[in-house]
Amino acid sequence: MDVSFIDQLWLARIPLFKGLGISVSISFLSIVAGTVLGVFVGLALVYGYRPVRWIVRGYTDFIRGTPVLVLVLASYYVLSAIGIDLGPFQAGVLALAVFCSSHVGELVRGALQSIPKGQTEAAKAIGLTFAQTFAYVLGPQALRQALPAWVNTAAEMVKASTLLSIIGVGELLLRTQEVISRTFMSLEFYFFAGFLYFVINYGIERFGRYVERKTAVPS
Amino acid sequence: MTNLLEIRDLHKRYGAVEVLKGVDCSMRQGEVISIIGSSGSGKTTMLRCINMLEEFQGGTIAIDGQEIGYETAGDARRRKPEREIARQRALTGMAFQQFNLFPHMTAAANVMLGLVKVKKMSRDEARGLAEKWLDRVGLLSRKDHYPGQLSGGQQQRVAIARAIAMNPKLMLFDEVTSALDPELVNEVLQVIKGLADDGMSMLIVTHEMRFAYEVSSRVIFMNQGRIAEEGDPREMFLKPRTERLAEFLKTSTFN
Repeated sequence: MDVSFIDQLWLARIPLFKGLGISVSISFLSIVAGTVLGVFVGLALVYGYRPVRWIVRGYTDFIRGTPVLVLVLASYYVLSAIGIDLGPFQAGVLALAVFCSSHVGELVRGALQSIPKGQTEAAKAIGLTFAQTFAYVLGPQALRQALPAWVNTAAEMVKASTLLSIIGVGELLLRTQEVISRTFMSLEFYFFAGFLYFVINYGIERFGRYVERKTAVPS
Repeated sequence: MTNLLEIRDLHKRYGAVEVLKGVDCSMRQGEVISIIGSSGSGKTTMLRCINMLEEFQGGTIAIDGQEIGYETAGDARRRKPEREIARQRALTGMAFQQFNLFPHMTAAANVMLGLVKVKKMSRDEARGLAEKWLDRVGLLSRKDHYPGQLSGGQQQRVAIARAIAMNPKLMLFDEVTSALDPELVNEVLQVIKGLADDGMSMLIVTHEMRFAYEVSSRVIFMNQGRIAEEGDPREMFLKPRTERLAEFLKTSTFN
């Protein structure tokens, strides 16, 4: 039986490998886009004028209160109903990026607000502009502060990428299910897929630790 | 000749609470003025208005004849653009009660940041100047240490070096020894005294009465948002003219 699993795995290697590639692409794109967008969300939450802050606050609360699966389905079916035709891959990545941005926005907000006011004042006092203050004083400190939670969010995005199988994106889970429907080796192949997800997330976690260590401030 | 600092009828409110109720003060180049008074008298607020860390609602502040923070013409009053305010803040240097060093940078990097980003110096030039000033406050050997690796007194000396390296026209000291353990106060006061001997113009908010007495060319006593008394430190401390100052001095330690 073991031998036949290896045989089947070998037979299925190409679709599984492609699925893994798609899963990694989905995760990578949604984490990057979500993080970039999330930084702006966080900035708006902390420094935005009141109406901007309210709108962005509404956005993050709404998105964070909605199941990711609902976001994925909405992004695919609702957007096409109002005339924005996205493929399943694009729609899925959009939904995940939006979801990611609301979480990263909260992380950035929390990190920025945890920095003592004196830091901004000291930066102003030596004549730094707001942009410079953010780039050299607040940003680097917020980054260190937010990093561990950001790693968690990134790992969540990898897991959430499986939801795109529902709208027919050929990522790792969907490909695994297809292989299972052909071979009936559900236990083996689900374990195998689970192992691959674990490897990705373990990699992300190691990477986060590495950056944490590299940027640690001696004291 | 224009005064270095000219404050006219300065008014500042937090909501309905008026904390500065019309402060007038002028200061010449090279003067060392200590501002004393009980907490809530408005002395720190006044200092923070001078570099626009606080907005103010009435009156004018000018450094070297240059109006700070606002454009006033008659009754009309407009806040200057943010970039201009940032530039004006570099006219003064400030040291804070809580030091406020940037914790993710070494002592030298703390001093260099403004030199490189605001004064647009090359890194080598900035490093040279940073080392000169760290040496001056006795911390050259600690230049590669992070704030978390320094004592409070050392951090405050780095913070003073960071401010003074920017070559400000006027140094503002906001209760710089209040957060320090007693045995660390002196090393910081010695640095400030050294700057006074160099002829640096300084406004010092302090609770150290002995220090104010020794270092100041003039003392300002603030009470309830106004300057209640000002003059020569010897006369102020030994023969206070107002009841209020006499009372304040009685309750403060002069050691």
